[in-house]
Amino acid sequence: MAKHDTPLLDELENGPWPSFVTDMKRQAETHPECWDILGQLELSFKDRITHWKHGGIVGVFGYGGGIVGRYSDKPEKFPGVEHFHTVRIAQPSGLYYSTKNLRALMDLWDKYGSGMTNMHGSTGDMILLGTRTENLEPLFWDLTHDLEQDLGGSGSNLRTPSCCLGESRCEWSCYDAQDVCYHLTMHYQDEIHRPAFPYKFKFKFSGCPNDCVASIARSDFALIGTWKDDIQMDQAAVKEYIAGNYPANGGAHAGRDWGPFDIKKEVLDLCPTNCMWMEGDELKIDNSECTRCMHCINVMPRALKPGKEKGATVCIGAKAPILDGAQFATMVIPFIEVSKDNEYENLIDVIEQVWDWWMEVGKNRERVGETMQRIGLPTFLKVMEVDAMPQHVKEPRSNPYVFWKEEEVEGGWERDVEEFRKKHAA
Amino acid sequence: MGYDPKNPMEGRITDLGPRSYTEMLPPVIAANKGKWDYHEILAPGILLHVSETGAECYTVRVGSPRLVSIEYVRELCDIADKHCEGYLRFTTRNNVEFMVDSKDKCDALVEELKGRETKLPIGGTGASVTNIVHTQGWVHCHTPATDASGPVKAVMDDLFEYFGSMTLPAQVRIALACCLNMCGAVHASDIAILGVHRKPPMIDHSRITGVCELPLAIASCPLGAVKPAKAEVNGEEIKTVKVNADRCMFCGNCYTMCPAMPLADPEGDGIAILVGGKVSNAKSAPKFSKLVIPFLPNNAPRWPETVEAVRKIVEVYAKDANKYERLGEWAERIGWEKFFEKCEIPFTDKSIDDYRLAYDTWRTSTQFKYTNATDAYTK
Repeated sequence: MAKHDTPLLDELENGPWPSFVTDMKRQAETHPECWDILGQLELSFKDRITHWKHGGIVGVFGYGGGIVGRYSDKPEKFPGVEHFHTVRIAQPSGLYYSTKNLRALMDLWDKYGSGMTNMHGSTGDMILLGTRTENLEPLFWDLTHDLEQDLGGSGSNLRTPSCCLGESRCEWSCYDAQDVCYHLTMHYQDEIHRPAFPYKFKFKFSGCPNDCVASIARSDFALIGTWKDDIQMDQAAVKEYIAGNYPANGGAHAGRDWGPFDIKKEVLDLCPTNCMWMEGDELKIDNSECTRCMHCINVMPRALKPGKEKGATVCIGAKAPILDGAQFATMVIPFIEVSKDNEYENLIDVIEQVWDWWMEVGKNRERVGETMQRIGLPTFLKVMEVDAMPQHVKEPRSNPYVFWKEEEVEGGWERDVEEFRKKHAA
Repeated sequence: MGYDPKNPMEGRITDLGPRSYTEMLPPVIAANKGKWDYHEILAPGILLHVSETGAECYTVRVGSPRLVSIEYVRELCDIADKHCEGYLRFTTRNNVEFMVDSKDKCDALVEELKGRETKLPIGGTGASVTNIVHTQGWVHCHTPATDASGPVKAVMDDLFEYFGSMTLPAQVRIALACCLNMCGAVHASDIAILGVHRKPPMIDHSRITGVCELPLAIASCPLGAVKPAKAEVNGEEIKTVKVNADRCMFCGNCYTMCPAMPLADPEGDGIAILVGGKVSNAKSAPKFSKLVIPFLPNNAPRWPETVEAVRKIVEVYAKDANKYERLGEWAERIGWEKFFEKCEIPFTDKSIDDYRLAYDTWRTSTQFKYTNATDAYTK
């Protein structure tokens, strides 16, 4: 594979941000197929259009996902990328790696692949970018036998679950997001590898309502940490913030002079429910009015912490716009306990309640959020055996078109029109 | 023994799942998991987490292009072996994090990162522009309307000062998705850079019979614009489809289902800019990003129009918004009409929703602010 001229891509070697072009050129010294990646990309930059063919079904025996097939539409010009399949490797929860494991994965990809990766893909997997069909089975053999790990999900199956870093390095995490993620990933290996759903299904686990893994925007099943009791408060630390001894928002605004910390302006007035006030130099919170948005805790992490009675809120049905428009996940279960002690059995019950229904009524390529829209939230809540509550809506409906059920109406729907006519002449 | 193609099922192992996270934690993280008391950002890109036990974890965050080589990852491993006891992590926004348990080790680590020939920019914390979440683009995808790594590099080069500082009113999350499938889930980002098509699909009658299930192709269109049709190929009449171009919204779903309906095009394709989305529940509820610039051309290699548009929005926001105010919260407070005026973005009918649930976004009150747009009308 020869080096190609890449005048357009060379422009991307300039500037302060790290350049993937420079990196790829370095890799091309030992993986000459990288010259063909660069060559084909240069052609795309020139033509302003992709040069990858549509799809191509490849994989390893027994799995219906984990590999995405890709072929060049200019194989004679760029033989190094004739086949350019993607391998998705299930990532460790929280995206921590030992260099031992990371080096072993890189050695594996050195042996079988193009030398390029994505750290990481949008759903969370490690992406190994570009290999030939004949390499897939040997790669999978080495991955499972030598590295003792596995592919992630693709297609109409459970996609590789992902989580924020949770309790491992965050004081706000209301449950062990990494452990739930790992446990459920292991529990649902079959669903990850063998597509049986109407369409993709994603789990994402965030330890608190800041939602660093974007679960409410991106996952069909979002578990977002929350608490039931009062925000924990350290009045001495509140005073330190007011005195300017502790940096507000953990120092996140340190690059600009915003003036001295003003607890009224920066915390009390920005509380979405106005449930905080000062009594002298004591901070007061009416916790019954709190919606646990995290703002005050974010601003004063040394003074305020989530409560002690921790758990999670379950939101269901988020997706990107294809096809009916983007959806956020809808709040379905306001509070659920998350405990390692029962091996997350209660979460598994909720998940399987969703799946049992969706696998039956979901249409081909319909995300569960779209099925919920089509069938309606009242019906979905019945499926989930959750009684409707005001928390399920932003506001009550403004149209009067209620789908009453016959059993809800006194006397039922069967009536005799002749009896009716005896009293009401036409 | 390795894989034997003659006996593919022999000795096969499946369903192992990922390696356990418990093997992957740096010692200071493993020892203090669940015990963290508070954190502080000591400088852009440098975080301190303090445990109830008094233990400290210093994290140095470094931006990466996401599309990285094995040599690059090995270099990260070299650094982690030298300074971090052989552990590192990645963030959900494609940054790399190195963790150590003392200030001295942190200083040595920072020195090392700054001294390397490979660019390892430190930043992406607090009120900054952190790394752009993005998709594959022309590097690997078959349906893109723009490239991903190219525009990301160009935008991050331009906004580099904001990555390594914390001067903005709040964090600004930028995301790029190279088509409407939005693998990058840009629909809830402060600034979304989105690849869009503008030409309806062509029908490749000579290939459609072999590669498409016509009912699936027809059903794939959310607006019913794909209809059954007949065509003549090599003198024979075949069953195919036709597209009612007036009803096409260029979503590309038909091409996903049917490879004989390509729609990408050098002139037709480009970038739309959406702004004001957020994922976090802090202060206001999560918000979708809103379309403010319907189309910018694919001007490779540096997408100057996109770079300029993003910078303009970031700069006006930086100047005008209150502390803690996310871009979407700012736009809602001042009113979207003021957003367009301040950012000098011409408002077009492309920003008025006419898809499903559109009416929810139409203004049904007499409360609005007078801006250059109303002036232009009343003149």
